[in-house]
Amino acid sequence: MNGTKPKKVYFYGTCLVDLFFPDAGMAGIQLLRRAGVEVVFPEGQTCCGQPAFNCGYWEEARDVARTQVALFPEDLPVILPSGSCAGMMKVHYPELFHGQPDEAKVRAFSARVYELTQFLVDVLDVKLQDLGEPVKVTWHSSCHAVRDLGLKGEPQALIGQLSNVELAPLAREYECCGFGGTFSVRHPEVSGAMVADKIADATATGASVVLSTDGGCLMNVNGALEAKSSKLKVQHIAEFLWERTRAR
Amino acid sequence: MHAEKEIHFRDAAAKALLDPQLRANFRRAMDGLIAKRLAQFPDPRDLQDLRDLSTAIRSRSLLCLPELLEQLEASCAKNGIKVHWAETCEQANQLILGILQAKGAKTLVKGKSMVSEEMHLNAFLESKGIEALESDLGEYIIQLDGETPSHIIMPAIHKNKDQIARQFSQKIKDAKYTEDVDELTAMARKVLRQKFLDADAGLSGVNFAVAETGTLCLVENEGNGRMSTHVPPLHIAVMGLEKVVARLEDVAPLYAILTRSATGQAVSTYFNLITGPRGEGEKDGPQEVHLVILDNGRSRIYADPQLRATLRCIRCGACMNHCPVYTRVGGHAYEAVYPGPIGKILTPQMEGVGVRHDLIHGSSLCGACGEVCPVEIPIPEILVRLRREATHEDMGSTVVGKGTGRTASEDWAWRLWAGVLKRPALYRVATWFATRFGKALPASAPLIRNWTQSRTKPVPARRSLSERMRAEGVSHE
Amino acid sequence: MSSPNPSAPDSRTAILGRLRAAGDSGPLPALDTAVLERRQWDPAERVTRLRKGMEAVHTEFLDAKSDTWPAVIRVFCEREGLKNLLYGPTSEAGSALAAAWAPEGPQLKPYDRPVEAFKQELFGDIDAGFTGTVGGVAETGGLLLMPGPAEPRLMSLVPPVHIALLRASTIQDSFWSAVKALGWGRALPPNALMISGPSKTADIEQTLAYGVHGPKRLIVVLVDDLK
Ligand code: SF4
Repeated sequence: MNGTKPKKVYFYGTCLVDLFFPDAGMAGIQLLRRAGVEVVFPEGQTCCGQPAFNCGYWEEARDVARTQVALFPEDLPVILPSGSCAGMMKVHYPELFHGQPDEAKVRAFSARVYELTQFLVDVLDVKLQDLGEPVKVTWHSSCHAVRDLGLKGEPQALIGQLSNVELAPLAREYECCGFGGTFSVRHPEVSGAMVADKIADATATGASVVLSTDGGCLMNVNGALEAKSSKLKVQHIAEFLWERTRAR
Repeated sequence: MHAEKEIHFRDAAAKALLDPQLRANFRRAMDGLIAKRLAQFPDPRDLQDLRDLSTAIRSRSLLCLPELLEQLEASCAKNGIKVHWAETCEQANQLILGILQAKGAKTLVKGKSMVSEEMHLNAFLESKGIEALESDLGEYIIQLDGETPSHIIMPAIHKNKDQIARQFSQKIKDAKYTEDVDELTAMARKVLRQKFLDADAGLSGVNFAVAETGTLCLVENEGNGRMSTHVPPLHIAVMGLEKVVARLEDVAPLYAILTRSATGQAVSTYFNLITGPRGEGEKDGPQEVHLVILDNGRSRIYADPQLRATLRCIRCGACMNHCPVYTRVGGHAYEAVYPGPIGKILTPQMEGVGVRHDLIHGSSLCGACGEVCPVEIPIPEILVRLRREATHEDMGSTVVGKGTGRTASEDWAWRLWAGVLKRPALYRVATWFATRFGKALPASAPLIRNWTQSRTKPVPARRSLSERMRAEGVSHE
Repeated sequence: MSSPNPSAPDSRTAILGRLRAAGDSGPLPALDTAVLERRQWDPAERVTRLRKGMEAVHTEFLDAKSDTWPAVIRVFCEREGLKNLLYGPTSEAGSALAAAWAPEGPQLKPYDRPVEAFKQELFGDIDAGFTGTVGGVAETGGLLLMPGPAEPRLMSLVPPVHIALLRASTIQDSFWSAVKALGWGRALPPNALMISGPSKTADIEQTLAYGVHGPKRLIVVLVDDLK
């Protein structure tokens, strides 16, 4: 993968980043640009289709997915600032389109999909210089980033490059935060219990920020922290990395 | 077989969450089991190789299932084990009753068997005047209280020792109150030893059945399985039809991964291989051994190439130990014989996807179960498949109750969802409204109300990413 | 051999018929057993591993030589105040033990009758049972036993103490290699088993307790017969 660093990539914002975390999206784009990559952000992005896919409404999911795949015709990497949406496009699109007339086209698209930190580390091999104040953070790994996509510590490696940042280990780091898309509203009690435990574990680290690479997890953990008026904040890793390393 | 009403996992789970003792019991137990399992697999390569091998062995067995079952039957017959076939639980119960009555047996002592739970054998036999006593300590504890197992390996895991101490002091004759685990264990030993001595028959499950040699393999720590199968004059084993493997050699890796995945043990105390009744010149062992092979929906699951993976399961329980939902609500909330992730895919396939629609959705699809499953059953994928089956009757499958979980409102919601998201112009309008007026949505609106039980309402950013990129003017292709 | 349920033959046909109808037996996946083959140690290491594995689950060891093991057992019985020891008079280990046993002190009791005539005594009056083994398993720790006419099944299960004789040279690398070495995959007696420790349970609050149904203590008399 190394050696031939791409000069140009597509960026797929994802619906949650688009609507709730646009700063994270902007930061991801800036990080890519600073690494010398031209970023194309096609007009017409909506959603990867994951909610309908997970709920068993595959026709509806396919309808939406098709319009999205069509936005990325050139043979360029497609970068997403979200583990679960990247997992959807990379791992689950081939399932979703299995036996469909456009399966081959979709598979070719899926092969080009990367989660942002994966791309920054594994493909671009970026080097970061920390310009921020000392801070203690903790990391929540998104289930789909790890289990669907197979992330192997890329986000932690990026955080590790920042000299003024202490990464406090989160107890039960690999346990789900309880979001799960529609799960959070179909089973609000269990989902609520899960996120309550997650924020308790995060608070116990003594960190001031919880970082993650997934819009769903961020929204969930943030909502639970706010409801408890916690001082602990959440932030998308792209935004955190960009803020600490950009020249002021 | 179809239940009349939908069973609501959500309500049962919500109720379980209100019990802090229960939550603490499960959390402590599951954290311990997770750590112990991890310690058994220090080398990730060994773990993956062993999982791949185990998966291949189970897949191979299933590919040749009818042949292996016939071979098992023939080998057993040669060894003097009588084989019986049951399509339903009712048939299996009747078969067992017949075997017991033919010997005039009045008391049955049981080793642990989830299949017998599936059959509700105890209640059935009691109704026919035959005492069926559980002898696995955990099973014994819950039988005293008329409860069902809350975990497939550790049936009494929901109880703590104070609860057990109180129960023993009330229900065991001449027992004093003690919270000392050794003393509690000794009390049960005393009662059960006498039962083993007196029992007319013993019943066990089967962890693996070997077709080539006609051998029934039993994994256990307590010795009650050996007692139940060696002391009484009659031994009846029950197994689901998927439990067969070709060769004893194949059992070795399955056994190795079973105990490690289940309780984080490198090896169980006993690994008991039963290949026949009391042989020529033997002084003990049962005079008769019977094997009951149960279908109960398994052959239907088998018919579907994707769902067939469900039958690879070796019942280690690792999926429940690692499940964030199970850990919080415990086993009883599932209102099913098999709880946790494996139960979430098995129960709806046995009872119907419509009546168990709520259960199928009781997962965040985090994937922890599939990640630890020693035979790589893709539980999240199967859950999604069952969600499709529950809402679509035209899938061309053999799934029971397909399409019966569909509701007009959900249908409508997904159509609307797709209608907007496949039309970028419409989506643009919708996000424009959301960013300007999203704040104004009442926190008590349906669904949002569920979200805000534990969280603040999410508020859209003032300008979406797309809007900002458009303003930047570089986004067009 | 009439079946107690007349509908049973139909069930068999129906079940097998449904399984066959599912058809489409695709290619059999290959079995890569490299992970099992990696488990190999030299004989001395096997002893160490077995011992470590079994001690971790509360098995006790007594060291002995080929000619001293009966005396080692004797000393153990006297020290522990065992009043009797159940043995199989026609088994190899049992007859060797009897030949070396002095008449006074702890009594050797033969298991030489069908259990029906012996149950009460077996459950009530026996302090310990002595058996041989057909091998051991180094990888995890474990003894391999083949009960039979000479060494009945319940000897290693019912008495509160189980004393087992293990020759170091018979320890195999793993259960997998033992199955092959002993030919268990081809033919098995009515009962064979692996034992790794005394009977135990963790069913009460995951707290380990020993001797729940089977022996409370497992004593391995380890005979050093290497080289
Ligand atoms: S599904 Fe997998 S993890 Fe769960 S009990 Fe079965 S074998 Fe174990």
